[in-house]
Amino acid sequence: MRPTLSATTKNLYNITRNVTFVAIIALGMTIVIITGGIDLSVGSVLCLCSMVLAVVMNAGYSIEVGIAASVGTALLVGAFNGVLIAYLGFPPFVVTLGMLSIARSLAMVASNNTVVFQFGPDHDALLALGGGAWFFGIANPVLYMIVLALLTGFVLRWTRFGRYVFAIGGNEHATTLTGVPVRRIKVAVYMISALSAGIAGIIQTGWLGAVTTNIGAGMELQVIAAAVIGGANLAGGVGTASGALIGAALIEVIRNSLGLLGINAFWQGTFIGGAIVLAVLFDRIRNFRQSE
Amino acid sequence: MAVLELTNISKHFSAIQAVNDVSLVLEAGQVVGLMGDNGAGKSTLVKMIAGNFRPSHGTMQMDGRELILHRPVEARQHGIEIVHQDLALCNNLTAAANVFLRRELRFGVGPLKVLDYKAMYRRAGEIFKELKSETRPRDLVKQMSGGQRQAVAIARTMLSEAKIVLMDEPTAAISVRQVAEVLNLIRHLRDRGIAVVLISHRMPDVFDVADRVIVMRRGRKVADKPIVASSPEEVTGLITGAIEQV
Repeated sequence: MRPTLSATTKNLYNITRNVTFVAIIALGMTIVIITGGIDLSVGSVLCLCSMVLAVVMNAGYSIEVGIAASVGTALLVGAFNGVLIAYLGFPPFVVTLGMLSIARSLAMVASNNTVVFQFGPDHDALLALGGGAWFFGIANPVLYMIVLALLTGFVLRWTRFGRYVFAIGGNEHATTLTGVPVRRIKVAVYMISALSAGIAGIIQTGWLGAVTTNIGAGMELQVIAAAVIGGANLAGGVGTASGALIGAALIEVIRNSLGLLGINAFWQGTFIGGAIVLAVLFDRIRNFRQSE
Repeated sequence: MAVLELTNISKHFSAIQAVNDVSLVLEAGQVVGLMGDNGAGKSTLVKMIAGNFRPSHGTMQMDGRELILHRPVEARQHGIEIVHQDLALCNNLTAAANVFLRRELRFGVGPLKVLDYKAMYRRAGEIFKELKSETRPRDLVKQMSGGQRQAVAIARTMLSEAKIVLMDEPTAAISVRQVAEVLNLIRHLRDRGIAVVLISHRMPDVFDVADRVIVMRRGRKVADKPIVASSPEEVTGLITGAIEQV
């Protein structure tokens, strides 16, 4: 069956909304990757933050309290990751792998592994926050994504913090020698990553209208894939906010087109994986040309 | 004019005596070649001046006042800059970004300040021009030759009004053609009235650019004389120990 025009417009709407959650976290992930690190815990942190929001609101607290608790949780998790990595010298891979397990387990503890779909007195406000379209009919998650992308792009290009993020990824030792507070910046970077996962969690909760303990499972791989396809270099020192968005969009477009073309869904992983390898290949070719 | 005066400086790491009772004076506008075999104590001595280590014994005086350094950043505040052996540059950043790392120029109001790219490119360009280097402020460091990288590292020291520049093997990792470029950079520093300490294994470089040569062996200073009064043969003898002391 060929897709009709109306199906395509509606589909475009779907794509943009599906992209946003991966894209928002990919923004935080890109900053981590620029410093030469990695954050494997984002999928679980998204789940934990969604669950904290859901449980707090379910207990009868207002949406403000719920969001504050959720954001606070994200920052705490990020600070924990960051301190272990920056001050105790743990490898980012190991620390965030541990957090991947811890955060999801805590989400199960918090909810007793149930589905939460009633959010107390501010139930409707939360659903409007995530599911509404306050400006020009653009879905709210898309607006948040655009605002956060602009903010990330600005910080990376125009602030000292952004400059130091790139410097750390380029040569951490040299950056330390100049007196840049490298360790504090690394902690901040992991807090930003966790915060981006928390924000995505809050929005996704409002959009879905329910939280289970398996949301965000495996999401870290999609997010890292988006960042890498968008041009971030896992060796550090390279990456952009717009790249994170483009990478996330590209993954969703590939996935969606496969569906529209009627290709068996089992092939999705192959195509997305192929896109990652291809992105890195182009990067290698470009570097090869530069060194010629 | 004496900029820095070291008196009876010693440094030991537990049982190892790295620097033993060294006294010396650094003069403004003078290049001192610091020579010696591996483990002779050159780097340890320089690191004490740069604030990386504290002397076990002895005193340092700068402009007549005692100088006590706890951290490298304090040395920098006193106008002591170090150019590291590994250059300590970020390859993924531009020349200007490296020159201004940690000293970025910004504009804006109150806490809302953004990087002033224009001013940094301009100022870095001026410094490179002054150093007679062809380095361009907007080029990425990873695309640069060894000599240009040295220019970036040296330009860093010229941002602040440095009084002393310590250079650890600046000509070790670059091609012969670029060595002349780096030696010229050192002369420019000297002409600005900066006291330069040049650690080097390369005898021709030291005899080309230094005004004075200091030789260290096993933690002790075994020679300190004007370069014109010495010879490569004598310095070699002093380094190896064939000549005890002059």
